[in-house]
Parts: sequence; C-alpha cells; structure tokens
Amino acid sequence: MDYLLLQVLNGVQLGLLMFLLAAGLTLTFGIMDLVNLAHGSLYMMGAYIAWTFVGWTDSFVLGALLALPATFLLGVVVEMVVARRLYARDHLDQVLATFGLILFFNELVRVIWGPAGKSLAVPAFLNRTVEILPGVPYPAYRFAIIVVGAVVAVLLAWLVARTRLGMLIRAGASNRRMIGALGVDIELLFTLVFGLGAVFAGLAGLMAAPITSVKIGMGDDILILAFVIIVIGGIGSIKGAFVAAMLVGQIDIVGRAFLPDFLKTFLSSAAASSAAPAISQVLVYVVMAGVLVWRPTGLFGQRA
Amino acid sequence: MTYRLFGAATIAALAFGLQPAMAQAPIKIGFISTFSGPQAAIGEDMRRSVELAKEHLGGKMAGRAFEIIYEDDQFKPDVGKQRSEKLVQQDKVNFVAGYIWSNVLLASLKTVTDEGDTILISSNAGPSQIAGELCNKNFFSTSWQNDQTPMAMGAYLQGKAVKSLYLMAGNYAAGKDMLAGVKRTFKGQIIGEDLTKWPDQLDFSAELAKIRAAKPDGIFIFYPGAHGVQFLTQYAQAGLKGQIPLYQVFSIDAITLPQQKELALGTMGAQEWVNDLPNDQNKRFVADFRKKHGVFPSFYGAQSYDSIMLIASAAEALKGDLSSKDKVRAELKKANFKSLRGDFKYNTNQFPIQNFYIQEAVKDAEGTMTLKTVATAVKDAKDPYYEKCPMK
Repeated sequence: MDYLLLQVLNGVQLGLLMFLLAAGLTLTFGIMDLVNLAHGSLYMMGAYIAWTFVGWTDSFVLGALLALPATFLLGVVVEMVVARRLYARDHLDQVLATFGLILFFNELVRVIWGPAGKSLAVPAFLNRTVEILPGVPYPAYRFAIIVVGAVVAVLLAWLVARTRLGMLIRAGASNRRMIGALGVDIELLFTLVFGLGAVFAGLAGLMAAPITSVKIGMGDDILILAFVIIVIGGIGSIKGAFVAAMLVGQIDIVGRAFLPDFLKTFLSSAAASSAAPAISQVLVYVVMAGVLVWRPTGLFGQRA
Repeated sequence: MTYRLFGAATIAALAFGLQPAMAQAPIKIGFISTFSGPQAAIGEDMRRSVELAKEHLGGKMAGRAFEIIYEDDQFKPDVGKQRSEKLVQQDKVNFVAGYIWSNVLLASLKTVTDEGDTILISSNAGPSQIAGELCNKNFFSTSWQNDQTPMAMGAYLQGKAVKSLYLMAGNYAAGKDMLAGVKRTFKGQIIGEDLTKWPDQLDFSAELAKIRAAKPDGIFIFYPGAHGVQFLTQYAQAGLKGQIPLYQVFSIDAITLPQQKELALGTMGAQEWVNDLPNDQNKRFVADFRKKHGVFPSFYGAQSYDSIMLIASAAEALKGDLSSKDKVRAELKKANFKSLRGDFKYNTNQFPIQNFYIQEAVKDAEGTMTLKTVATAVKDAKDPYYEKCPMK
C-alpha cells in the first residue's frame, strides 16, 4: 500500500512537470494555431537562466524567482521577432522556422554556457525526506515540485476561468477571428499568451533541472511527450492538458514500476527486464492512438 | 603574370619542401570520446591523460613526431561512427583510440577495423560481442571486457554477508553485460532487476520506491558519469542511504566524486586500476596529473594513457616504421610497456588478462574525496567470452 502511494506520487510529480510544459504548448497551438517546436528550447533556457541566477544569488528560490520574469521576457522577444511572422503561414513553414529556433538556441547555449552542461543542486532545505504517512518517507524536493505544480495549475485554472484575460484566451481558442473583429488587441493578447507559455516552460525546466541536470537539448525529448499530451487532451484545452499530463505521468510510472513484474509472470526474467523499458516507452503512444480512434479531437478537444 | 609565376614557385617549393617531411610524417592517432553534453567531463579527463602521455614521451615515438586528432562522439552511436569514418578516410590515421561507450564502439567497429583496415585501441568500452564472436585482429583493448569488473564485485559480495541484491543499470550494451557479469559470480538471490532507459532517464524515483519495497541486502548499480551523480543524490534523497548499502561499478570515480562528495563515502566498488596502485609509472602519472590539473585522474584517463603508451611500445620496437600492419599487430600483442595498472598479457581475443581490485570511496588526509584500494578481488582474470573468439 505504501509502495503504491509512493509510485502514484511519483506519477503525479512527473505529470505536473509535464503539465507545465504542455500548458503553454496547448495555448499557442490552440489560440495562435502555431506549431511551436521551440517550446522545448524555452524549457531549456529556463533551466540555464535559473542556473545562472542561482549562481549569482546563492539561493535556489531567489534564482528561480528571478528566472521566471527573464523567461517571460525571452518568450515575448521570441514572439515579436519570430513567432508573430508565422501565424498566417501554414504548419510546414512553422515547423521549419521553429525547428530553426531549436538549432539557434542549442548553439546559443553552447556559446554562452559551454558544451559540458551544468548541474543545479537541490536547495539545502529540501535536500531531505518528508514523511507523507508515518513511516513512508518521500524526497522533499519532489514533494515541493508537486506543491508548486499544483498551485500553478490552480492559478492557471483561475486565470482561464475567472479573469478577463482568461475569457479572451478561451474566446481565442474557439474563434480567433471573431475576437479580432470585436476589437480586442489580438497582437497584444498573442504576445502575452506566448510569454505566459514561456514562463510555464521555464518553470518546468528549472524544477526538473536538479533531477535531470541542465544540458543542451534537454527540452527536445520531453517536447515530444508534451505534444502527445496536448493531442490526447485536445488542442487548446488547459483542462485536457492537465488530465492528459496526469495520465501520461501515471503510464510512465506503471511502465517502470509494474510492467517488469507483470512481464515476468509469463516471460523469462532476463527477457522481461530488457523488454519492459522498451514497452513502457511506446505505451504512451499506444494510449494516444487509442484516444484518437475513440475521440479524434482528443479528450476535451473543441474543434472538429 | 608575376602572380602566376609566384604561384608556380610556391607549388614547387612546397613540393620539394614536403619531400623530406613525408619520410617522417607524424604518426597520426585519432581519439574518439565525448567532449560535449553532460558526459563531457569524462572526455576531458581522457584528453588530459593523453596529453600527459604525449608529454612523458617528449612528443615523439621512436624519434617520429605524433599528433592526436580528437573527435567528439556527442554520446551518440551514429555520430561516433561518422567521426570514426572521418578519422580513417579523411585524416588517414594510423590508429583510432578512445571510445567510452559500448554502443558507440559497436557502431564504429567495422568502419575502422574492416572497411578502413585500421587498428582500433579501445580505451574504455569492452562489449561482450567484441570479446567473443566479433573479435577482430585489428582490435585491442587497454581496459577490460564489460563483464569482468562486475564479476570482481560479485565475487567480493559472495564472500560477505550479502544474501540478496537488487540490480540496476542503463538499458544498453554495457548495462546488459554488467548485470550478466555480476550474476556470474554472485550466487545469492537477485531480488529485483531494472534496466532503465539509456541515456534519457535520469529520474530513478520509481525504481528507488521498488527497492524500498523489495528490501534487499544491497543495491548493485552501473551508472557511469553524470548518471552516477544523479543516482547517488536520489538514493540519498529517498532516505535509502544508511538503510540499504550500495555497491557499484563505474558509478563513483575521480570525475564524479567532486559532485558526489560525502554521499559516496564508504561505498565499495571494483576496478582494474586505482590511483594508489604502488608501481612507479602510476605514481608519476598521478602526481604529474594532480600537479597540472589539481584533481585526481580517473580510470578512464589511466586507460587512455595506457592506449598511447601501448602504441608507443609498438612504434619503438619497429623503429618508427609502421608500414607493415602485421608487424604492428604482432608488437601490440606483446603488451610490452609499463601499464599504469602494472604489467598485463593479452588474451587470444586481445583483451588484457589482469587483476581487479576492490576500492572504497574515502577522504584523504587533505580532506579530498578519493578512492583507496582495500583488497585484490581477482588475479589474472580472463573474460568469459574469449573461447568464442575464432582467433587463437
């Protein structure tokens, strides 16, 4: 039972990180109709910028807090310089241009921070375990990720459901031409949404950094998972991204924690332990395919 | 007109000028390692050791200058293969050395040894395939076969009160060999076993929770470089340190210790080379390396140093004439050089027959984290695959 709880928490922690990344992606895709492959680069930049600020301030929390406005600014600049020119183009042009951005950011990081990658230490006050139940310890840093992720998810839900900006975002996701016709400054809205997405990606990147280390291309692999999540959840839907991210988090943990033992019931031990990682890697794609057959617009998709 | 004349004169001068130089063209050695990304620290340690070897040799082998061409495999098999191809076909090197990763080496092997008919000296990776059926007359190792180091660790654990083990490694060629190796000599219960996604997975939360539930007497891991740092950190964060002891191969070394610090203290590992082995050449290597860089060299570096010294021994014996590959191979096979681990002989598959030691992560008198030899685990060990190698 304790074991199950630990694994569920691990899945939640992973899911929340993925949600932060997917939220920005689903907004830019849903509202601006922009396929932004460079979203993973913002995740990476968030981690590198945080690493720099943590070095300057000698405090993880302070460094992280400074990195958030910095990634917002970076997002705004990327939107104004590059992304803005792509909204009217077709998806292929967008893919080409934002792929170019990935190469640009990877090279930029190589020039500024060097090729070797950086390690960001877990802050001292979180470098211990907390007892979530008596006798069931859990790493404090991971628990902090869950708390921060949950708070941000609630804030985002409030922003989208209860504020004027959120209303415009929702309106933009369902019919962006109409809100332009109604006199909303759509350029400003797009810039804000893009910047917001960059902040979430940067937050995910800097929180993942102590677990996975800061390195060039760290956002490229995880971006594919983020796309899977927004496709499962339905493009443009924050609620969908949240549900799908939780689902993907749990699937990943099930694949790592329970699949090997399950396979061992009918395969040899050696075959099971080498097959399990391979199967768990494709499991999310199988689920995605299943969801698309059942609901072609995703779980909470609006558009046909 | 004058321009043309000048051009012709330059070409002539170059042509004549090059004539004597051709006779003593430098010996070229290609060196493949990882110089970018999170594992770049390993490549840097190897490069420093190769440069130290060059310095100790006075920049010459049998009076001939030699140059090292470093290439970055970016920790990717396809890039490693392509860089190997470049070294062999474009640079026309006499030897290709280096290779940290078994999957990179396996991808590059044929390109160098068969298509290029060039001699490859592995400074680290030792996949079981190359020790067995894929063994090659153009392949030499100055390291070990992957199974051997964990076999030494398993033999040590067999003698201790460890009844059950939980095994973890990256899911790639070397990881599979490592787990196969420890199972050859450790006869207790294997309570669980995880091969994790390699190299992407750096989050071990799910596996650590499984270990907590399985309650083994010990955990055995193979996580080189940056992965070893992450594993130790997360193992401590999960509260397992002090509850379930950790035993490792290639996961705690001179490169990772500055980051692992006290977390590594007291952890046992196995290795064929340790910085405190008391032979003269090793004392000199470690002292000079520390003087130059202020840190301890790692086994990766020691093996890379040996690769260069092995090449030098063949060049000296042949008085610098490397034109006959048969003669070069015959000289290499003698392993007639002062290895940092002490003398060794080559087996039929051209992997070393050597000792393995148990080492402990300790703090030295100056408070620096380092590794200390505590026992000899096995003597004159041969890898378990050499009988499958057709070469006799």
